[in-house]
Amino acid sequence: MNIVVCISSVPDTTSKINFTENGSNFDSSGVQFVINPYDEFGLTKAMMLKEVSGGGKVTIITVGDATVEPVMRKALAIGADEAIRINMTATDSYSTATEISNYLKSNPADLIITGKESIDYNGGAVGGMIAEMMKLPFINACIGLEVNGSKTKLIREIEGGKENILANLPFVIGGQKGLVQESELRIPNMRGIMQARSKPLNIIEPTANESMTESLNFKKPAEKGSCKLVDSNDVAKLVSLLQNEAKVI
Amino acid sequence: MGVLVYTESWNGSFRKSTFEAVSYANETAKLLGTEVTAISLGKVNDSELSKLGNYGASKVVSIEAVKKGDSQGCTNAIADLANDASAIIFSNTYTAKMIAPRLSAKLKIGAINNVVEIASNISPFTVKRKAFSTKAIETTKVNSKKVILSISPNSFRLIETGGSCIIESVESTEKGDVTIEGQETLSGKISISEAEIVVSAGRGLKGPENWGMIEELAEILGGATACSKPVSDIGWRPHSEHVGQTGKAVTANLYIAIGISGAIQHLAGVNSSKIMVAINTDPEAPFFKAADYGIIGDAFEVVPKMIEEIKKIT
Repeated sequence: MNIVVCISSVPDTTSKINFTENGSNFDSSGVQFVINPYDEFGLTKAMMLKEVSGGGKVTIITVGDATVEPVMRKALAIGADEAIRINMTATDSYSTATEISNYLKSNPADLIITGKESIDYNGGAVGGMIAEMMKLPFINACIGLEVNGSKTKLIREIEGGKENILANLPFVIGGQKGLVQESELRIPNMRGIMQARSKPLNIIEPTANESMTESLNFKKPAEKGSCKLVDSNDVAKLVSLLQNEAKVI
Repeated sequence: MGVLVYTESWNGSFRKSTFEAVSYANETAKLLGTEVTAISLGKVNDSELSKLGNYGASKVVSIEAVKKGDSQGCTNAIADLANDASAIIFSNTYTAKMIAPRLSAKLKIGAINNVVEIASNISPFTVKRKAFSTKAIETTKVNSKKVILSISPNSFRLIETGGSCIIESVESTEKGDVTIEGQETLSGKISISEAEIVVSAGRGLKGPENWGMIEELAEILGGATACSKPVSDIGWRPHSEHVGQTGKAVTANLYIAIGISGAIQHLAGVNSSKIMVAINTDPEAPFFKAADYGIIGDAFEVVPKMIEEIKKIT
C-alpha cells in the first residue's frame, strides 16, 4: 500500500506564542518546532499499516520553505521512506491543499493521511480540501482504521460518541489520538536518525500558489485579572461567588 | 443573494450550537440586507424545524436522505443550494469540519473556522477567529466575494427573533462513496465542546476510582466531565474527555479544574472559558495564575463540600 502522510511543522506545544511588533506575523525566534501532534498519530498509523501488509511505501509531504526540513527529517527518522517538500511558504489551507492534490494527481496514493488540524493556525481544512480536489471520500477525526483488502472499516468521533463507516480505498482521513494510542508513538532511535540522513527528500516547485484567505493580524487574548483565593474551609463562599458575582451557576 | 446556514441535528434534535449558528447567520444577513435559509440534513420533524424561525431563518430546506458521515453527499447537497448565497454559515461540529473545507474547495470560496465575532467588514468579509489553540486571536479576510464561516461554540450569543419560517422538503440523490454503518453514542452525555459548565480533573485525583465525585459535581451542575492529557494517556479516563491543546477545546461559561496543575498546553485548550476555578493542593500550581477563583486545598475535602453547598441552591 502506498501511503502519503501530510506533515506540518508547528511550534512545540510548550511554546509561548509571540508575534512580530505590529502583530502581522508569528515570531518564530527561540521557538522549537515539532511534527504537528495530530500528524504524528497519522504517521505512526501509516508505519503500522505498512508493517502489517509487509510492503508498500510511506511518503511524507510538507508545504514549506527550507526551515521545515528538520521536522521532515524527524519524520524520516521515525520511519517514513521518503519525503517531498513543496517549496513555498504555506499561506493558507487552500493553497496548501491545491499544491498537495496537484502532486497526488500525478503520484497517486492508496491512502492519504492528514492531521485533523494543525495546532498553530487550527484551520483544520487541508484534509477536506484535498479530498474534494481529488473527488475522494474524507473521514475526519478518525479514531479507527482497519484495512481489509480494499474494503476499510473506519470510525470517526462525533459529538458524544462515534460513527462506524465503510469505504473503499483510496480516501483521505484526518487523524487524531485514537487512530493509534499515545503509547504507540515512536521516538526516533540512533539507527533511524542515521538512516534518515540518506533517505530522499525531494524538493518540488509549487504549481499554482493561489490563496483564498489572508491573515491581517494577530493579538494575544487579554490577560486575566488576578485569581480570587477562597479559604479551603469556606467552600460555601466559593459557591456564593460563582452564583452571585460570576453568575455562572 | 442570501445567507445559508447548515443546521445540524442529532437524532432529530437541534442543539444550542445550531441556534447560535442561525443567530450568527441572521446578524450577517442584516449586514447584507438579505434573508437566512437554513439547510437541515437527515430526518428532523416539522415542529423541530420550525424552531429555527425563532432565531432568524425565514426558510428551512429539509433534505432527509443525506447522511452526516457522508461528506461528499452533504457537500454536494449544500452546493446545489448555494448558487445565490453570499455567506454560508456552519457551527464548528465534527460533521461541519468535514463539509466546510470540501465546500470551500468545490465552490472556490474562502473558508474561515473558529470564528468568534460577527464580520467587521463584508467587502471583503473580515472576521476574528481563534488561532494557536486559543493562544491568539487572528483577524482574517477572504480573497473571494463570498465566504464560508464556521462559528466557535459558546462564542456568539443566541438572539431570539420571535419569527417563523416556511419549511420545504427537497429530495436529493447526492451520495458519496462511503457506507454509514451506524453510530454509538452515550445517551444523556453532554458534549464537552458545547457544554456551558465543564468539571475537569487531573492526576491530583490519584486514580480512576476517585472520579465519582467529579461526575456527581458535573451532574448537579448540568455540565460535562473532562480530564487532563496525562489522565487520558494512562487510561484513567477515555480519550474523548481529554481537553487541552491536543485534545478538545473548551469554551465554557464555567471551567472547574480539580487537581490539574495548569501546564501551558492544558491552559491553551481551556482558557477561552469565561470563568475558571482552580482547586489544587499546590499554591504554586500555574493554574492559579490563569484562574478567576481558586481554593488551595485537598480535592477530596473541597469537592464533596462543593457538592453539598451547590445542592442547597439548586
